[in-house]
Amino acid sequence: MTYRIVHYINQFYAGIGGEEKADHKPELREGFVGPGMQIEKLFNGEGKVVGTVICGDGYYGEHTDQARTECLEMIKGLQPDILFAGPAFNAGRYGFACGDIAATVGEELNIPTVTAMYPENPGVELYSKKTFIAITSDSARGMAKAIPTMVGIGTKLLKGDKMGPARLEGYIHRGIRKSFFHEKSGAERAVEMLLAKLKGESFRTEYEMPVFNKIPPAAPVKDLKTATIALVSSGGIVPKGNPDHIRVSSAESFGSYDISELKNMTPENYESIHGGYDREWANVDPDVVLPLDVMRELEAEGVIGKIHPIFYTTTGTGTAVANSEKFGQEIGEELKKAGVDAAILTST
Amino acid sequence: MTREIERVAGIPVVQIATIVPIMLTVGTNRIVPGIAIPHPTGNPALGPEGDKAVRRELLLRSFKALTTPVTEQTIFEK
Repeated sequence: MTYRIVHYINQFYAGIGGEEKADHKPELREGFVGPGMQIEKLFNGEGKVVGTVICGDGYYGEHTDQARTECLEMIKGLQPDILFAGPAFNAGRYGFACGDIAATVGEELNIPTVTAMYPENPGVELYSKKTFIAITSDSARGMAKAIPTMVGIGTKLLKGDKMGPARLEGYIHRGIRKSFFHEKSGAERAVEMLLAKLKGESFRTEYEMPVFNKIPPAAPVKDLKTATIALVSSGGIVPKGNPDHIRVSSAESFGSYDISELKNMTPENYESIHGGYDREWANVDPDVVLPLDVMRELEAEGVIGKIHPIFYTTTGTGTAVANSEKFGQEIGEELKKAGVDAAILTST
Repeated sequence: MTREIERVAGIPVVQIATIVPIMLTVGTNRIVPGIAIPHPTGNPALGPEGDKAVRRELLLRSFKALTTPVTEQTIFEK
């Protein structure tokens, strides 16, 4: 059979124009245009570019909903087996458009989609999990290498061939881990990595750490004596009996509890449900994790204005970064609404 | 969680925890190193009085962190 290929490109690669033509509205042309010629050639008779959808990068970026809908309709009408988009190299708006249309087509038409970008293209962070993004150099000089990588990935997807790891196939990691049996145990592999590191040799981690954002520090509290301070904890301190069933690890929720009448945390009223540390001390006196008793004293002494009546808590072991961030955003919204001046967050 | 509260509420958040490198990694701006993982804000080994004294010192240091202007991630040591 001959695979029906549709290719998405911008106004520049279609030869329509540069920045002055970036508002070019979606247009469908029969057959290949620009880099699509090489795509078809590499399919060696097994595939044909049945149509090329062209859209200005500015138009896609500024009228995204409209551009997406129009392009999707055009692509759908061509009944493709696969969509290729780009390569976009390091062009940010083109990368966004390629990623967005590829992700949309994959989801709506349920066909494989492949695009290609430089790893720092902003389209990568947005769409790397929703399509296959072949890794390219930062400019069109890398075209000769980019197209064969895209076609290689696309062919595997079309034929249902086994897809190897991202670094070997040449696409950007999609955050998917596959289980398999290794001939060496984890301990052996870890020691080998450590030895390589000690020798200054290169080694490859089996578990990449997530990259966290940093933010500029907030301005300090001006007057502590009138400030309202909130208490927050990821140490698993909850009212006795854990009424909201916060999970002992990998938390998917946080609790908010009224402590306005509470002077001290005791084993009778509060406990720790955290599954990631020895709870012996916290369960004798929860103040060793959530320092309410001394906070009350400092409040009475007038060192601070007052303690915010609501205390926020969750379990911070095995908890997904995305969940932690979401909890922080929701707690942040509430503290903002309540006019709280600062927060103390304790973690175990 | 610390970072997102600070960002969304626009207020300073001081984190008291024991593993400082993790706080640096996740983007905490005001850091007060805790006593130990299972009891960051106390030291039961010192008895009730000593335990509370430790807690008081940590909280006063946290207040100092909250009232100090910082331009980057800062660790407030004893």
